[in-house]
Parts: sequence; structure tokens; C-alpha cells
Amino acid sequence: MAGIPHDHYEPNSSGERWLHKRLPVLGLAYDTIMIPTPKNLNWMWIWGIVLTFTLVLQIVTGIVLVMHYIPSVDQAFASVEHIMRDVNGGFMLRYMHANGASLFFVAVYLHIFRSLYYGSYKEPREVTWIIGILMYLLMMGTAFMGYVLPWGQMSFWGATVITGLFGAIPFVGESLQTWLLGGPAVGEYTLTRFFSLHYLMPMILVGLTAVHIWAFHTTGNNNPTGVEVRRTSKEDAQKDTLPFWPYFVIKDLFALALILAIFFAIVGFMPNYLGHPDNYIEANALATPAHIVPEWYFLPFYAILRAFTAEVWVVQIASFVTGGIVDAKFFGVLAMFGAILVMALAPWLDTSSVRSGRYRPMFKWWFALLVVDFFVLMWVGAMPAEEPYATISLVASAYWFAYFLVILPLLGLIEKPLPQPQTIEEDYASHYAPATGGTKTIVNPAE
Amino acid sequence: MMLKKLTTGVALALALATGPVLAAGSEDSHVTDYDFSFEGPFGSYDQMQLQRGLQVYTEICSACHGMKFVPIRSLSDEGGPGLPEDQVRAYAEFYEIYDEDIDDYRPRRPVDHFPESSLENAPDLSLMAKARAGFHGPYGLGINQFFKGMGGPEYIASLLNGYTGEDKEEAGAILYENTAFPGGWIAMAPPLYGDDVVYADGTEASMQQEAQDVAAFLMWAAEPKLGARKQAGFTGVLMLAVLAALLYLTNKRIWAPYKRKAKKAAPAE
Repeated sequence: MAGIPHDHYEPNSSGERWLHKRLPVLGLAYDTIMIPTPKNLNWMWIWGIVLTFTLVLQIVTGIVLVMHYIPSVDQAFASVEHIMRDVNGGFMLRYMHANGASLFFVAVYLHIFRSLYYGSYKEPREVTWIIGILMYLLMMGTAFMGYVLPWGQMSFWGATVITGLFGAIPFVGESLQTWLLGGPAVGEYTLTRFFSLHYLMPMILVGLTAVHIWAFHTTGNNNPTGVEVRRTSKEDAQKDTLPFWPYFVIKDLFALALILAIFFAIVGFMPNYLGHPDNYIEANALATPAHIVPEWYFLPFYAILRAFTAEVWVVQIASFVTGGIVDAKFFGVLAMFGAILVMALAPWLDTSSVRSGRYRPMFKWWFALLVVDFFVLMWVGAMPAEEPYATISLVASAYWFAYFLVILPLLGLIEKPLPQPQTIEEDYASHYAPATGGTKTIVNPAE
Repeated sequence: MMLKKLTTGVALALALATGPVLAAGSEDSHVTDYDFSFEGPFGSYDQMQLQRGLQVYTEICSACHGMKFVPIRSLSDEGGPGLPEDQVRAYAEFYEIYDEDIDDYRPRRPVDHFPESSLENAPDLSLMAKARAGFHGPYGLGINQFFKGMGGPEYIASLLNGYTGEDKEEAGAILYENTAFPGGWIAMAPPLYGDDVVYADGTEASMQQEAQDVAAFLMWAAEPKLGARKQAGFTGVLMLAVLAALLYLTNKRIWAPYKRKAKKAAPAE
């Protein structure tokens, strides 16, 4: 792999040489696992491992759940109860899978906000960032469809509301919605196609994960200083980095074990805390729940969707300019997807030459406000669509867009960044000194 | 570090803000936080209470309600009411079921499920204790559920005790005032008055007692594997804690050559 200069794989035995000539798979594995990694990475760099693990957890538990689940409107709900009551360990499989989705999103949001703070999305890591956003979108699609499968009340009505969003698209909306649902309303064919896609999309996620890792292994990891690893020579690079194995693998595994301990506590002691009680009622097309609320991880974007009502002046202008084609409902849909789009465009909207928020005195505060804004949106997303929540969600939505479209471009021009360290080694040395006291380079630290 | 502070804040907020949200009309319903034996990480079902609850369910609730997802055989499961198998068989035979194979009705067997609701608008009770939440908020933050639990059984017991004695006629149906029911008026007539059953174990069958017993029973019906789940959770947490401790020490060890706090007087290099 291209990138930071480091030792490459050398086949040592005749067997290895034989294989290496034909398929350099061991070399690929070696280069991947021994990748030079900035030695100053902090604890916010553990979420990648957590996400990879969670993806595997979801796929493994999912595969077993599928063996007992029946994707039919008559039997889906009962088959989930069958899993909960009769299948050996089925209750653990299902609770781990359901709460695993929450773990997935906790990790992905922390991963995303880490990138936003340390400028990981910036040149030359734009492709990694874009792939990451695509993965996030796929995750949301997968989670949404997965939530429909138990065929409870929230499954059914959530599916009705969300697919209804596509119906808001002018001209093609209605046909598109019918195509998505496989009929005029949520029913048998919606369930079977969601089931099929819920199985397919994680497989695409696996592929994208590989590309995501490939991309940042080419550019190298970002790090808390945002200063690049020196590539002038192998010796220089070694002063800035340590190999991924064992230094970061063990560190990440430690963090993962801690996080999984919390995860198991939730699964074991309060598995329904993050769920909605209404989903323990079988889907009923004739009884609408009083509040249709998505899962917590969709709430921030759900809040943005609902924020733009017909009373908002931007909506009225949009409606006027387009001759009524863009109505409040469609505007909300555009805003929701736009909120993710502006995030995807962050590499080009951020004009600052400094990568890490650590050296950006003004940026820090705007970023902190963005984090607060995210939680405010999550909170109002769960609240009924009435005052004062409507106003709060409008203000919070406005800040989300302002951060990416106004603040990020402007800050680069007006902000005076703090001095950055010349090298990662310098930053690291200001925190830690080697035990030997010198600048000894460990030549083969993995052994 | 700023980010560190933020992370802590994020973790805290996630724990609190992501809880389930307000349900309908929760503001005007009153749910008492009854103590149940199965609460908390180490709580388990009280077998005698489940048997009493089964009695209340069988003699009163099942007149209208059903539990179609619950297999009768699970009455003898460990951690449940724990009826002996011959009693379970006798219990099952009490209810008939239509059997397609013989094109006729026959007595149920333990492998069959409890009957469905016999009254059309009486909801199935298999999952009722998980399908209702007694505690909310405050302000949709999920803090109450975090500390008190979701409150399904508390809601059921409160509902059964929540009749004020007032009723009214609306659109040809009689509605009864109930302090726990969202909206305040429920179609179900007061099912319990106290001394509705004679408990085999001699417990006094007060209305309060019956309501809590049947609520506990319905929690078991909704979550029969609660004991096994908590045990798995406990084992998982314990093993992972040990693993985390070992990994922490390993991590510290392998990083030791590179990490020693720099002395302020002599910065490295």
C-alpha cells in the first residue's frame, strides 16, 4: 500500500514465498495490520474498531435471527415472540441485535463528531469522509428497515411516515412511494422487500468498510494535532508513528471491552429502555399510535424534517419561487437530506488551513455549540409538534445549516489559529518522554 | 481538553437523552411506583406471586382477555410460576381449541398457547406489561425510566386500582373514570373489588394485592426469560470487566517505553 514509508512484508519460509508469488494476501494483511499510526492518537480514535466490531455483531446475530424469523405480515410479530420465548438464547440474540443498532449509532456519531473536531474530513481525506457519509446513510437505511421487521405498531407506522416522505417529492413522488412499498400502502410486499434489503445493505457496508479503511490507510490517519506524519524517510516516519499492531490494537480492544461491558449491562438489565413500548403491540393499520416517534438515532434529522412548516418564511419563499412545487412537506424532506449533504460537503466548505480544532480558538466554541445543537435537535425530535418545540427545532435546524454553510467558510478567513507543533513527535514529546530518555527508535516493536 | 469534556458530556447526555419518549396523555395519568421483586439487576420473579397472579388472570381477566403468544407449557418453566407438569396439563385441558387435523374441538395440551381474547376489543395481554410505559420524562429526557424502569407492571397495577367509581355514557358505550388511564376514561369496567379470588396460599386477597399479583404475572408472561437474561447480562459484564482490566494492564505495559510523563524541567529532545 502506498503511504507512509515503513517495512513491508517479506515471505520467510518457502511456503510463504509460494503463496506470495501467487496471491500476496499475507502481505496485504501484514501491511494493513502493521500500518504506521500516529502515536499521539487519543481515545476518540477508538470508534472505528467499535464500529467494525458492531457491524460483525449485527451480521452474526442477524444471520441467526433470520433462521427463526418469518417475513410475513401474519407471522412476523409471532415469529419474533417465538424467538424471544422458544429459541435457545433467542431473547439474547434479539436484544443484542436491537440494542446493537443503538451501539452502532452511538459509535458512529462519536466517530463523526471526532472527525468534525479534528478536521479529519479535510484534504487529503475527503474520499474517506465521503465514503463514511455514504456508510452512515446506508446504516440509517438498514436500521430503519430493520425496525420495520418485528411488525409492531411503531414498525408499521414508522414505515408509513418515512415512506410518505418520498411521496412528497413533486411529480414522481406517488409512483416512487408505491414502488418502494410494493403497493398502495405498507403491507406484505413492503415487509418482504425491507427484509431483503435489510439483509443486503449490511453486506454493502462490509465492502464500503474495506474501501474506507483502504482510503485512510493510503492517506494515513489524522491525529489530534492535525499535523501530517513525516514521509521524508522511514526514520522520520518512525519518530511520529508506532505500528497499529500491537500498540493501537490493544488500546482499541481495551476500549471495546469497556464499551461492551456497558452494552451487556443494558442488554441484560434494561434491554427495552431504548425501544418504544408501542412496538410490543402487533401492527394494526386501523389504529394509529398517538405519537409516532422514530428511534433515538433518527431524532435529530427527524426534528429538521418537521421544523420547516408552512409558516416559516424560507418555506414560503421557496414555495413562491417554485410556483408551489416545493411545499412545506417537500421542503422538510429536502432539509433533512440537506442536513446530511452539507455535512458531506464539509471538506470544501471549511476554508481554514488548520486541520485540528485544538489550534482554532474560535472554531472550538462554534463546534461545541454544534454538539449542543445536535442534542437539542435529538430532544425536540421526540417532542410533539407544538410550541415551544416548533420554534426550538427551527432555531436548532437553522444553526445546523449555519455551522456548515456560513460559520465554517467564514472562520477560515477571520480566525487567527494558534501555533501548531512542527511534528507529531514534538507534540508527543511535550506530553510524554520515552522511558529511556533518548530518542531511541524501536526497530521491530511488534516482536 | 475541550473534546474530553465534550465527550464526557456526550456520554452522559446519551445515557439520558436517548431514553424513550413521551407516550400519549401521560401528563394526566397517575402511576404508582409499586415495588416488584423482579426490579433491579438482581431482582427475580416471586414464584408464589406469579401463581397468585395466574389465579387472578384465570378467574377474572381471562373472561375477556387472551394471551395468544404464551405457550401454556411455560407455566412449568424455571423462573416462572413453576407449576408441576400434571397441573399444567390439567390447566390446559380446561380450554378447548379447534384442531384442523381432526376438524373438531379438543382440549388444549401444554404445547398449545393460551386462548385469544374472547371479547373483540379486549387487547391481548401476552405483552401488555412491555407494551405500556408507566414512567416518562421529565421533558422526554428518559431519566425517570432510567431509574424506575419502564413501568409496565406499575401501570397495570395502577390501572386496576385507579377506578374512581365515576362513569359516563358516550356514543352508546359506558366509560369508567380511571386515574391511570391516558385520557382518564376507560371502556373496561372495574374488574377487581377485593376478595375476588381465594388465594390457595392464604394471602389476603385485597384489591391492592390482586392488582400487584396479576401485574407481576403479566410481566412474567411478557418477559418469561427475565432471569436468564439478567444472568447472561451479569456474566457478560463480569467477564468483560475482567477482560478490560487485563487489556488495560497489557496496554499500559506495551506503551510504557513510549509513555513517561515528561519532566517539566527537561523537555524531551
